[in-house]
Amino acid sequence: MKNSHSETTLSNGLKVFLKEIHTAPIISSWVWYRVGSRDEVQGRTGISHWVEHMQFKGTPQFPANILDKAISREGGAWNAMTYLDWTAYYETMPADKIDLGLRLESGRMMNSEFKPEEVASERTVIMSEREGSENEPLFMLGEAVQQTAFRVHPYHHEVVGDMADLRTMTRDDLYNHYREFYVPNNAVMAIAGDFESDKMLVRIRELFESIPSGKEPTRVAREELPQHGEVRLSVEGPGSTSYVQACYRFPAASHPDFFPLTVLDSLLAGPSNFNMFGGGISNKTSRLYRALVDKEFAVSVHGGASATIDPFLYGITMTIHPKRKPEEALAVLDKELKRAQEEKVSKEEIARAIKQARAIFAYGSENITNQAFWMGYAEMFATYDWFQTYLDKLAKVTAKDIQRVANEYFKPQSRVVGTYIPMGGRAK
Amino acid sequence: MMATNSALPGPNDIHREVLPNGITILTRSNFNSPSVVIGGFFNAGSLFDPDAKLGLADFVSSALMRGTKTRTFDTIYNELESAGASLGFSSGVHSSGFNGRSLAEDLPLLLNLLAGSLINPTFPKAEVEKLRAQLLTGLAIRAQDTSDMASMVFDEILFRDHPYSRAEDGHPETVKRITQGDLVKFHREHFGPRGMVIAIVGAVKAEEAVRQVKRALGGWQIKGRKEAPALPPLKPMKKTVRRHHQIAGKSQSDLVIGTVGPMRKDPDFLPASLGNNILGQFGLMGRIGDVVREKAGLAYYAGSSLSAGMGPGSWEVNAGVNPSNVSKAADLIVSELKRFVDDGVTAEELADSQTNYIGRLPLSLESNGGVVGALLNIERHDLGLDYYLRYADLVRQVTREHVLSAARRCIDTDKLAIAVAGA
Repeated sequence: MKNSHSETTLSNGLKVFLKEIHTAPIISSWVWYRVGSRDEVQGRTGISHWVEHMQFKGTPQFPANILDKAISREGGAWNAMTYLDWTAYYETMPADKIDLGLRLESGRMMNSEFKPEEVASERTVIMSEREGSENEPLFMLGEAVQQTAFRVHPYHHEVVGDMADLRTMTRDDLYNHYREFYVPNNAVMAIAGDFESDKMLVRIRELFESIPSGKEPTRVAREELPQHGEVRLSVEGPGSTSYVQACYRFPAASHPDFFPLTVLDSLLAGPSNFNMFGGGISNKTSRLYRALVDKEFAVSVHGGASATIDPFLYGITMTIHPKRKPEEALAVLDKELKRAQEEKVSKEEIARAIKQARAIFAYGSENITNQAFWMGYAEMFATYDWFQTYLDKLAKVTAKDIQRVANEYFKPQSRVVGTYIPMGGRAK
Repeated sequence: MMATNSALPGPNDIHREVLPNGITILTRSNFNSPSVVIGGFFNAGSLFDPDAKLGLADFVSSALMRGTKTRTFDTIYNELESAGASLGFSSGVHSSGFNGRSLAEDLPLLLNLLAGSLINPTFPKAEVEKLRAQLLTGLAIRAQDTSDMASMVFDEILFRDHPYSRAEDGHPETVKRITQGDLVKFHREHFGPRGMVIAIVGAVKAEEAVRQVKRALGGWQIKGRKEAPALPPLKPMKKTVRRHHQIAGKSQSDLVIGTVGPMRKDPDFLPASLGNNILGQFGLMGRIGDVVREKAGLAYYAGSSLSAGMGPGSWEVNAGVNPSNVSKAADLIVSELKRFVDDGVTAEELADSQTNYIGRLPLSLESNGGVVGALLNIERHDLGLDYYLRYADLVRQVTREHVLSAARRCIDTDKLAIAVAGA
């Protein structure tokens, strides 16, 4: 179901998307900033994520501890997230309470305080967040694969950052990063729900238009070089389960090949679900499940890409069957990829992938928060039109396109294969 | 023109009907999105599992879609996934359940697959063995998960010698013992329409949803079924018991501290729930989050939860902390619990949590899945179809004294279960 939306750019450069949805007395408001781990250099890895944490520590108008209570008191849900290309904040609230969320975002676009004592206590919180992730074999493996795939480009490091930098970054590093990237001309507002657009826009102008625009933020311009030959690596750690992650170079979301690759992903590993709120589906009749799990080389297989500004990775993660070796599963994977490269897929398979995408879209449209999410999210790596025409673009994909991208992107020479080797209880 | 679903679910828009074979159907229409969600439960939980074959109910749930009299595993999932639909079964202590979703046009397909899996599963031997390897791998992964293991150890301490102390997904040695014959027998003895509840929410009219359920499940008849064994009383904790479960090589430990909470039907439930919100949820995880995360910087997550169900649940505080900070975090949490039972909550804190509960209700009922959960909650705990209409009043009626007495009845800081898993 398509509801109409409006797009406005304020005089300070803040782009505003509004979409009226009058199905429930709820409004979801998002502010997206074009800043993420892509904007970080060594020595300051994890800084965007840490800044996001500091945005919950208060402004003069809403001191820490007042902020969170104010939103919760009204029954709102709010959170924030940092990724490769972006940082996003949202509040979903009863429609008559959304003004609080708007005032909060207006305040923290430029007035967050970054008190030294708050920076100190958050340092250990974030180190604890990283330690929690380090407990997971797939985090350790994924980090190793990613840093191997990107030697030059800042997609090299995990969003949470390296422990060395989390120990040493200063309050001023954080504050300067905040001031550079948190400017209205580097932000997108996306609001969906039960409001009248004209009145909402007036209120947004009152709260946001006086915030001065800033210098266009400096970007790290370090393009990744082509890879010449497969790289294999291993990570050892506790446990008794082996995992293999094979990562292939994927184009930017705005590249036309993203769409045939999305259909191919659906055939190989089951459809990826890009919704942040709304369910996905199982992948038990995908080609890789049938070849790997049904035939007992793996106990699970998942594949997925991210929609990003610069070329990133398509990862296939296999949990290896206890009676099999990682190399055996990898050989089966290669056979299936070869099949996709040599044989054209049927029209029925393509139609099936499109029906799956249509269903996942419908699930996502149940939820107002998810609809507001998409307006900002799509703008972070392409435009909102990318989302609106997504199903149409999938519908145009042909068997020939799929065969071409299978050959072009799934080359062993440009992949990184990581294996997690379990060391039982002796580990580390 | 779209309908506005501004009203909370109530007797005017929930349709409830009991079929002659004992299945209760609850439906609510929502035509704002072309999708539909189903959910439900039936009385076949792990309470029926023998100790030696713990994990049996869970194994059965996982195996229901591995083949039926008319469809193979691959056929079932091919039909489902080709429609972009999903369906899955899971198992708890008292009951097993299912959840599914599809485009509204595929609801008949979804219900057919549900009915086939419930009524005619065949548990093909080859599929059972494949599944067993997957379950055992899941248990091997669980053994390395500090959060899962801390919760398991916590339940063992808190619910000593009681069925609630058992892990519903079993242990490697018990799952290895389960035979295909055990699955068939469990299904024969414990599956049936009587007591089953199914909720359907989405772009379908009530009468159409009921018609479709009748067609798929209306003819299911089973003679006589075993009742669940009566639950023994809980053995109260006599003193604080602390246990550390070692998992080598982990950079973070998980900590669970808590006690027995009220049953869902207990009058203390809502006061305890509001109290718990103040203790470890409100804002950035309540008082616990404020002390452990915000002030001491010891944890990325620290909060509390109440898991009230058919029987008494747990009231627990969870935190993930560096192994060197476990004692420090535990001390802070115990002193917060002490303050909670000594001084109770302030009028301002209670008022905040009350408006939080009332204000967030429409958000939790926004999606079809949220409404399915609400309808099942109403039916499972006999709350009445007007429960969500009365909810705001029920919340407002809770006083500070109610919260304090519920807290004092449940929490004794000299008799806590404390579980740690990690290095």
